[in-house]
Parts: sequence; structure tokens; C-alpha cells
Amino acid sequence: MIQLKNIEKVYRTATIETVALNKVNLDIEKGEFVSIMGPSGCGKSTLLNIIGLLDEPSKGQVEIDGKQTNGLSDAQLASFRNQTLGFIFQSFHLINDLPVLDNVELPLLYRNVSSAERRRLASEALEKVGLSNRMKHYPNQLSGGQKQRVAIARAIVGQPEIILADEPTGNLDSNMGNEIMDILLTLNQRDKATIVMVTHDENMAKRTHRLIRLFDGSQVS
Amino acid sequence: MLFNYLKITLTVLKRRKFFTFISLFGISFTLTILVVTTAFFDHLVAAGYPEANRDNSLYVWNIKEKDTKNGGSSSGPVSFSFINTYIRTLKTPAKIAAVSMFNNLNIYLNNHKIKVMYRYTDANFWDVTSFEFLEGKSYTAQNIANNDYVVVINDHVRDQYVGKGQSAVGKMIEIDNVNYRIIGVVKGCPVTRLHTTSDLYFPYNTSKADLKKTSLRGDYMALILPNNPEDKLKIQEEFRAVAAKIKPTKTGDKWFNPDKLYVFADTYFVSFTRELKGSGDSDGSAFIISILIGIIFLFMSLPAINLVNINMSRIMERASEIGVRKAFGASSKRLVMQFVIENIILTFIGGFIALILSSLVIFYINQSDLIPYIDLSFNWKVFSIAILISLLFGLLSGVYPAWRMSKLQVVDALKY
Repeated sequence: MIQLKNIEKVYRTATIETVALNKVNLDIEKGEFVSIMGPSGCGKSTLLNIIGLLDEPSKGQVEIDGKQTNGLSDAQLASFRNQTLGFIFQSFHLINDLPVLDNVELPLLYRNVSSAERRRLASEALEKVGLSNRMKHYPNQLSGGQKQRVAIARAIVGQPEIILADEPTGNLDSNMGNEIMDILLTLNQRDKATIVMVTHDENMAKRTHRLIRLFDGSQVS
Repeated sequence: MLFNYLKITLTVLKRRKFFTFISLFGISFTLTILVVTTAFFDHLVAAGYPEANRDNSLYVWNIKEKDTKNGGSSSGPVSFSFINTYIRTLKTPAKIAAVSMFNNLNIYLNNHKIKVMYRYTDANFWDVTSFEFLEGKSYTAQNIANNDYVVVINDHVRDQYVGKGQSAVGKMIEIDNVNYRIIGVVKGCPVTRLHTTSDLYFPYNTSKADLKKTSLRGDYMALILPNNPEDKLKIQEEFRAVAAKIKPTKTGDKWFNPDKLYVFADTYFVSFTRELKGSGDSDGSAFIISILIGIIFLFMSLPAINLVNINMSRIMERASEIGVRKAFGASSKRLVMQFVIENIILTFIGGFIALILSSLVIFYINQSDLIPYIDLSFNWKVFSIAILISLLFGLLSGVYPAWRMSKLQVVDALKY
């Protein structure tokens, strides 16, 4: 489903060159739930961003669902992300100006989906994460756990094949974290979504199919 | 999609009240000031009651004499005899009218003292102007030939004298110890119609001044009406040829003995620019127009800079939103479009507020007695141009930062 070949990411300033990822090769199967762990600054989020086409590798190739993504135009990348990928961020990244339902609808705005259909799908997604009673609330009226559940609803509303979660429980207490993890496991088991999750939490990682460890930008297991 | 952009825009405007207020205030306040100012300018310069022929007319107003050796100059209105000798003899014009500068005097009506403006005119004055006679008629050349002591008054004086809406024609009125018969009542005009405004209009035969005196300078101006608009240039040329032959006044004065004379038949606007900034043969209109354009440009650049500033911070503040939208499938083009539509809507809301505000201000000025008889009108042309300029600045100031932000890697936008 996801194939990374010799991925390198180097950040350059006038004086310093920092290697964030060094020749990472990865193969993630369809329906797999993979967690990525490693110390802070080892390149976990950079790797996830490259898989999610949110960032470009300095070298190497990213192939998703059999499609080579290098060299795609801005519009092609946008469409590909929209159809295939769903994102969950550690700091939620909800749009505070929009109510919950509109936040969840967001990916559908960039597809040819009618307004009524968008409402229906977004309501369904919110029901799946247990937030159907908060549709008209604004993000700043919600708790951290509720915000993350909205973010999950937004990630799954377009039924993407791949969900990428960057420390989805990082800003939550353990109870909330477990709730979010349960939702992700359900999505993986019931809806067969392929999930790649960056985490610092060994217990969360143990609940996934496979653990990938990074150290100083290199894959160590 | 368009409906969604609209919805997002309204939501953003509603929730960011401070930004919205500052933006709308900048746009609407500037447009309002601009529209009201141009309404004033339009009122001052364009044709209007009772100078409906203003655009077609020419004015000989001031004469300037210059002593090129000693460096002094002197200027002022032309004399009545100047008009008779050098202007009434022109072949091209259809009509030539003589009207004095206005003066003030106090008159006593029904034991009330009122201060009024008065002028002396010839009979042609009523032909080149478009006064509305509420009753009676104007004096004629025959009245002047008969040395009749008649007067045309405006409705303000009429209301003070005989009461509002009462007939005054035929009644005698004592002004400055002289009795005049009221021959007509006109609807008054604002003081901003500088060449025609007055409360009392006397035929020139009633003037105590010596109108036969042959000096160049005096207290009159000439209003020249051509047969058709194309004749204006011919009249100007004809008068230029006549003026070239006029000899400056011989003063015999050691310090001021003019050797150059400047007098022109100008359009209404140019007659002012020549007075303000004219020099020699230059009429000063290019300079004044440049200044006016410069002021408008500077004035318009204030909301433009304001908009650029606000848009920059607004878009920078929403960088994270741009990142999220890109992550979930928005292309750069769509994001730029969203911000463009937001700015268009913002500008139109500002324009709509300005439309209401300026209409109210104009209505208030027209209704209030600040300037009696003033008739400002809303200038749609200026308003539309101002809206377009605001829109253009709004678009440029919104598109550029939005385009820059949309070109960012999603991961970088999310970091803001």
C-alpha cells in the first residue's frame, strides 16, 4: 500500500546541514496498523509528513497504492491527498472559525459532493466517534479528547484508505488517549483502514500490528 | 463551492470582529469621505441651478496687469465699460451678459434687519442663466432704457418681506433709502454658485457707480454664451486677438507701471485655476488637476495600505488553516480563490455601508441650513470608480499573501 524507497530528508541553512531522514525504506501493507517510535527529533513526524505528501523528500521515492507521487503537480497532489489520505494531528488543527460539523465536512468540500450529502456523511462520521451531540459547537468549546475525536471524524469522513496519525494521543490524558486508540483500532479492524501512527507511548504502540523504530533519522527496526 | 466560500467568509468576518470592523471602517469611511467631497466638488464645478449653461459658457472675470520691469502685478474684475468695449463687440457669441460681483447690505423689512447680498446685472443675465421665476418676470432692456427702479428678489427675501408663499410682485421695497418695485421673485441658489448667487438683483442703471468710466478694472464679469459648444474655441480665439490689442493702464507711477496685460475668456473651472495658479498665459489647470488627482490618490492609498496590512496579518494568522485545507485536498488555486472571494465580499460590504453613509451625509447637508439652497447629489461615477479601486487593492493585497501562503509546503504552513 505504501512504499518508501531510499528516502532522505536534509534541512539546509546557510551554515548547517541537518539530516532528518537517512535512506529509509519502508513497505506497509494494505490494512496494516503500523506505529513509528523513536526519541524526539529522530525524524518520526518528518517521515509521516513525507508519507502523507505534506512534505517532499530530498531524495527517494514515495509510492502509494501503486502510484508514484514524485513530480505530481500541486493540483494532483491535492486531489490525491483528498481521495486517499486522512490526517490526525497531535494539536488537532481544527479550524476554530468553523463549527464542528463544518470542520468534519472539510475534505468533502474539495470533492463533487452535494451539500446535503456532505452533511449526512459528516454527521455519520461524528456518530462513529460519539460526538453527534456536538455538531454545532465550535472547537474552542470542546475538551482535548473531543477535539481529537472531531479530528478523527474529519480524517475518516471521506473514507480514505490510509489514515496518518501524528501523536494523536500526545496531548491527552491516558483515559482519553485509550479512547482515541480504541477508535483507531476499530477503524483499522472494522473499516480495514491502513493506519500509520507516530507515538511516544510504548503501550499504544504495542496495540498496533507492527512497530518501526527510528534513531537519528535511520530506521533501526 | 461559491456558496461555501460565501459561508466561510461570513463566518470569518463574524468571528473576527475586530479585523472586520477595522477593514470595513477603512473602506467605508474613505469611500464616504471621497463621495461626499466629490459631491461638493461636482456641485462647485459642474452645471447646476441656476447655471444650467455653465458647461457651454465662457467667463471673463479677472484682468491682470503686470509690470515686468519692477516685478509688480495687479488684478481684479473687469469694468462695465470693458465689457461694453471689448466683449460685447465680439462677433461669435450668441449672448453676452454683464453681472457685478456680489456685495452685502442691511435692509429693514417689517422692522427686522436682515443682511442680504445684491448684484447689478444687465437684461441678458436672465437669458444666459436658468433662474426659476416663482412669480413675476425679469427686467428687460426696455426697463433699463426707461431707467426703471425695479428689483428681482429671491424667495428668502420675499418670505421675510410679505410672508411665506405670499405674492410680492408689484409691491414697493425700500432699499438703502431708495424705493424699488419688485418685478420678479426667483427661487434662491446656494452661495457656492459664485457668479449668480444673490438675494437682490438690480438692473445696472440703478447703480450709483460711474459705469461709463473707461478704466479696465471694475466690479463686473462677463458671462458669454456661444451658439453651440463648438464655438467656445472660436470665441476664445477671437477674444484673445482683441485682448492682445488692449493697452495696459498707464499709471505714471514710478513703482508700478504695467506693461503687460492678461485677460482671457475661460471655462468656469479654468477661470478658477487661472486665479489660483495661473501665471502669464498658463491657466494653471494642469497643476490644479494634478494636485486634485494626487490628493485623491493619497487619500485612496490610505485604505489600500490599511487593507494590505490587515490582509497580511489576517492571512498569516490563518496559515494553519491554509495548511489544514491543503492537507485535506485544497489546491493552491482554490485557496487563492477563497481569499479573493473573501476580499471581494469585504469590499462590497464596505461599499454598501459607504453608499448608505454618504447618502445620509448628502441628505443631511441638503436638508440642513448649513448652506442654504445647496443641492449636492450622489456621484455614482466616482463611487463606482472608488469601489473598483478598493476592489483592486483588496484583490492585490489579498491575492499576493494568499498565493505565497498557498505555495508553502503544507507542513510549513501547519507550523505557524
